Amino acid sequence: MTDTVLKVRDLAVDFKTDLGTTHALVDVGFDMPRGKVTAIVGESGSGKSVTANCIMRIIQPPGRIIGGTIDFAPEAMDPFEITSLGKRDPRLQELRGGLISMVFQEPMTALSPVYTVGNQVAEAILCHRKVGRKQAWKEAAEMLERVGIDDIDRRIRMYPFEFSGGMRQRVVIAMALVCHPEILICDEPTTALDVTIQAEILTLIRDLQRELSNSVLFITHDIGVVAQLADQVVVMYQGRVLEIGTVRQVLKTPVHPYTKGLLAAIPGLAPKGEPLATIASVVGDTDITKPYPMITLGDGRQVSLPREQVQGVAG
Amino acid sequence: MSESPANGRLLEVTGLSKSFDGVPAVEDVSFDVQRSETLGIVGESGSGKTTLVRAILRAIDPDRGTVRFKSSQGWVELQDMTAKELIPLRREMQMIFQDPFASLNPRMTVRQIIEEPLIIHRVGDAAERFEAVRDMLAHVQLEEDSLTRYPHAFSGGQRQRIGIARALILRPNLVVCDESVSALDVSVQAQIINLLEDLQKELGLTYLFVAHDLSVVQHICDRVLVMHRGRVVESGSVGDIFDNPRENYTRLLLSAVPSPDPDVPLKPLDRRELGL
Repeated sequence: MTDTVLKVRDLAVDFKTDLGTTHALVDVGFDMPRGKVTAIVGESGSGKSVTANCIMRIIQPPGRIIGGTIDFAPEAMDPFEITSLGKRDPRLQELRGGLISMVFQEPMTALSPVYTVGNQVAEAILCHRKVGRKQAWKEAAEMLERVGIDDIDRRIRMYPFEFSGGMRQRVVIAMALVCHPEILICDEPTTALDVTIQAEILTLIRDLQRELSNSVLFITHDIGVVAQLADQVVVMYQGRVLEIGTVRQVLKTPVHPYTKGLLAAIPGLAPKGEPLATIASVVGDTDITKPYPMITLGDGRQVSLPREQVQGVAG
Repeated sequence: MSESPANGRLLEVTGLSKSFDGVPAVEDVSFDVQRSETLGIVGESGSGKTTLVRAILRAIDPDRGTVRFKSSQGWVELQDMTAKELIPLRREMQMIFQDPFASLNPRMTVRQIIEEPLIIHRVGDAAERFEAVRDMLAHVQLEEDSLTRYPHAFSGGQRQRIGIARALILRPNLVVCDESVSALDVSVQAQIINLLEDLQKELGLTYLFVAHDLSVVQHICDRVLVMHRGRVVESGSVGDIFDNPRENYTRLLLSAVPSPDPDVPLKPLDRRELGL
């Protein structure tokens, strides 16, 4: 058993429209260590959600995977490559919601308004495992309690509209975890929530991850969220990976000018009364849109920069 | 911002209340705003911050309380004015919205969008208005060739600049920013925050800054009101509120902010343990 659960290599996605072709992902590559939290951080248009959608194979036309591989090594079955699975391959059904599940930003996109929450969590179990209805409802109730829904006998028969935003997101997390996925993908799961509710959901995801020791891919634009949850960080910009390292490497001693700019632009860190650093001001003359192959530095981190620029940096 | 007499008060809100269908949204809120300061209003969704600023600007009618505003004609009480009486005052109070995609008319050019408030308030002739629009465009750092283009041709940050230009073209004193940087990416957000601060210095603006992002509030505001269930539970200077909060609700809010330092773990306080 390798300790890498997911290996993404040279992943490329194009969106072909009447106005031309957009390269949404260009040669994206990173490893997800098993049992750890990997965060992809980037601004809008960086390709972080497209990357997640490739892993779930839910890229919608006009988007298309045009190259690259995603090697998945689940514990429950033989390893396989995700991008080459045929549409009718049973492993695709196994993958979505079974081996890998996903929590989205807006909980109502994942929940049906016309079924009770118990029904929806139980259905996730019935889709992927051979258990009876009664057993499925029992496990649904247990999982809902575990994500912090109390008064379960009453709440399990309620509809999503009777729940607050934070409670709905807890239901979605219960749905995502109820089949014990090996990878949980969270795509901005707290962006639509109040800061207090965000803190509750983040600590819930953190505690559950430690308890279940599953692998988590966490997609966010929020550096604070990255700092609190991630073991490993992948920084993306305009469809490319610019820097990969441990959370302390990337947030405390960033190497790539874009990563430095992203950190400098956080309002809480700037001295009061002074203008905020913008990414443009930090990056300066470096052309961060120019692709460079990833270089591995002495301390194990990877960065996309010309070789002469990283000599003498971080060992 | 010190309360020096040179600045003086611009706004006095006393006992302001507003309920919707019997449900109180804002209850008995009182505070003052000094000229040229930035007053932050923070709280969770549903705490009443947007209802409060909308009631102050008379976008909705308050149930009780007074809103005194130091206009160019002297002190006026906004809460009882008719719509007609309010029109000249609207020049002096403007709003910058959250969503630059929703708040700009897609069928108007940038020039029309920025010029429209001048036409509504019958300011200047066509040549003077065009000059004012070009001047405003320079203030918000947009290129002159933007004028003939439509909102869809701009990025989120650029659209927010257009929204700011429209709000400031009438040279208001009081500007309400309702989550004006919340929808923007970090790098763009930093640019817009810097722009708002520059414009405040250049034009002597007073900001009411409604936001849920506490790090933005900490950076931009001089004083802060903390709202919970329609009431102001704590107010004070940014330093006092962030470094030395007195109220449990303020502590709850601050404890929920994830630090960008991985060595400062998130330990949110428990609402129930605090009795909230």
